[in-house]
Amino acid sequence: MSDAPRIVVVGAGPAGVRASQALVEAGLRPIVIDEGLRDGGQIYRRQPDGFGRGYAKLYGSETAKAEALHRDFDALRAQVDYRPRTLAWNLSAGVLHVVQDGQAANLPFDALLVCSGATDRLMPVPGWNRAGCYSLGAAQIALKSQACAIGAQVVFLGSGPLLYLVASQYVAAGAKVAAVLDTAPERPSLAALSGLLARPRLALRGLGLIRGLRKAGVALRKAVVPVRIDGTPEAGVDAVVVRSAAGEERFACDAVGMGWHLRSEAQLADLGRCDFAFDAFSRQWLPAIDEDGRSSVPGIYLAGDGARILGADGAEAAGRLAALAALADLEHPGARARHAAEAPALRRTLRTMARFREGLAQAFPWPHAHAAGLPDETVVCRCEVITAGELRECVRGKDAHEVNRAKAFSRVGMGRCQGRYCGHAAAEIIAAAGDTPIEAVGRIRTQAPVKPLQMDVLQAEPDA
Amino acid sequence: MTAPSAPRFVRLSETDRPAVAFTLDGRPATALRGDTLLVAVLHQARSLRASEFGDGMRAGFCLMGACQDCWMWTDAGDRVRACSTPVAEGMAVHTRPPRDDWGRMAQFSAQLQAQGEEGGAP
Repeated sequence: MSDAPRIVVVGAGPAGVRASQALVEAGLRPIVIDEGLRDGGQIYRRQPDGFGRGYAKLYGSETAKAEALHRDFDALRAQVDYRPRTLAWNLSAGVLHVVQDGQAANLPFDALLVCSGATDRLMPVPGWNRAGCYSLGAAQIALKSQACAIGAQVVFLGSGPLLYLVASQYVAAGAKVAAVLDTAPERPSLAALSGLLARPRLALRGLGLIRGLRKAGVALRKAVVPVRIDGTPEAGVDAVVVRSAAGEERFACDAVGMGWHLRSEAQLADLGRCDFAFDAFSRQWLPAIDEDGRSSVPGIYLAGDGARILGADGAEAAGRLAALAALADLEHPGARARHAAEAPALRRTLRTMARFREGLAQAFPWPHAHAAGLPDETVVCRCEVITAGELRECVRGKDAHEVNRAKAFSRVGMGRCQGRYCGHAAAEIIAAAGDTPIEAVGRIRTQAPVKPLQMDVLQAEPDA
Repeated sequence: MTAPSAPRFVRLSETDRPAVAFTLDGRPATALRGDTLLVAVLHQARSLRASEFGDGMRAGFCLMGACQDCWMWTDAGDRVRACSTPVAEGMAVHTRPPRDDWGRMAQFSAQLQAQGEEGGAP
């Protein structure tokens, strides 16, 4: 057993669980690193012990999938080295650096499967730094994992499927939803529709959510331009103001859930020196992978939303496929035949998901043009309260047309979130201010640690 | 609309969990077992901390350990990320630093300077 390949899986969401399962089926015992207290990832996040809501209440139409994923990981627990509450904070050649409960460890690997998931993608709105503004994901986590609403009267603002899903979940749970404000155009283009038809049942379910919200009396607006989030520094938000063809409207609220689709958590891929490519559909940089999830670096595989935003179903397929590819590449006994037998169907599934993703990105586009119109006083970096005006000044006054140069001058992207919540918008602001194509602006280089660490953890780090 | 002192979050169900006692800025408070610290505090107050960049109070943003907006201070002067820390009996948290770190820094640099003037520096 000592010459068995050392395989580490990062993430215990849909991709990580299915990858781990394929590895265990091949007779291996992978290390599974996950930041969460429990497995499931964000989408199938498990509520803490002592909560009593049933699966149907928590996961709605996705009940069977959530139940299957949790049950399958429970069954794997004895056969994997599962490390919850563990942050993978750095990746050097062939070694993953982790910390769990203040204890550092270095994990050498023969294959690394990064299933790191995604976070919300945000466009700043004047006032979004006020207390009471949350990401859409946060609004959903509050409900699913803690059985509470982010406020007594919530406005949802942004675009994409999560906007309508979270709003519907709030209404179903008895929360008061003041409005759902979508920046997407009134009607999707033909190209968008043809993409959405790749998964007709899912598209219909989305339409059903919108109908349900209308029936519940929730104010729905499309094609809005966010103007500002009103409130006070002490008490936080008290209204959202948007502009549309109907003029300016103000929706009173005490909380805002906002977001525009998701962005991949690709920091480990970056630290591992994987190549990235610009994705024109979503206007974001993504790690380059082949159909099976192989990155440009041998031994590093990427699956799930951390590599491509295909959603939970796509993540399950991608996780399994990447693990099968890794086993085949390692020439593990029987792995080549297994990969050859299963890969075609898994790849087909992923291609369908990719068509749907392109449809979604066109039907609910990232409103990149809003970045150019943000008033100079808008806070772009919430971490350090740096404004669009300060960033534009660096572009024009210091010739910072590239995002890392602009980061060095302005500190936008250098704060505690390390550009997760400002990076994409900052790139759009730089592109617009300097009249530079967005792909030429580049992407923020990842610095370790990928999340804040206590200094004494680094001091105590064992030798690799 | 909402009173400035009203809690920010609203419990929709799961309210029959055992109570957990903690303190917020030195005042006794009650949460429910299974609450994250963020949820526990936002059922008592409208925010978690004051922004050190002067734009007002903050109440967290992503709830998934990614944005780092929800760090609070403990009695001992350590910091905890409220969204990923379960509340525990007897926990003592603060919305502002319990110690004046900048004051200590000024004291430290004055000390260094004094040492330099005593001829310690070449």
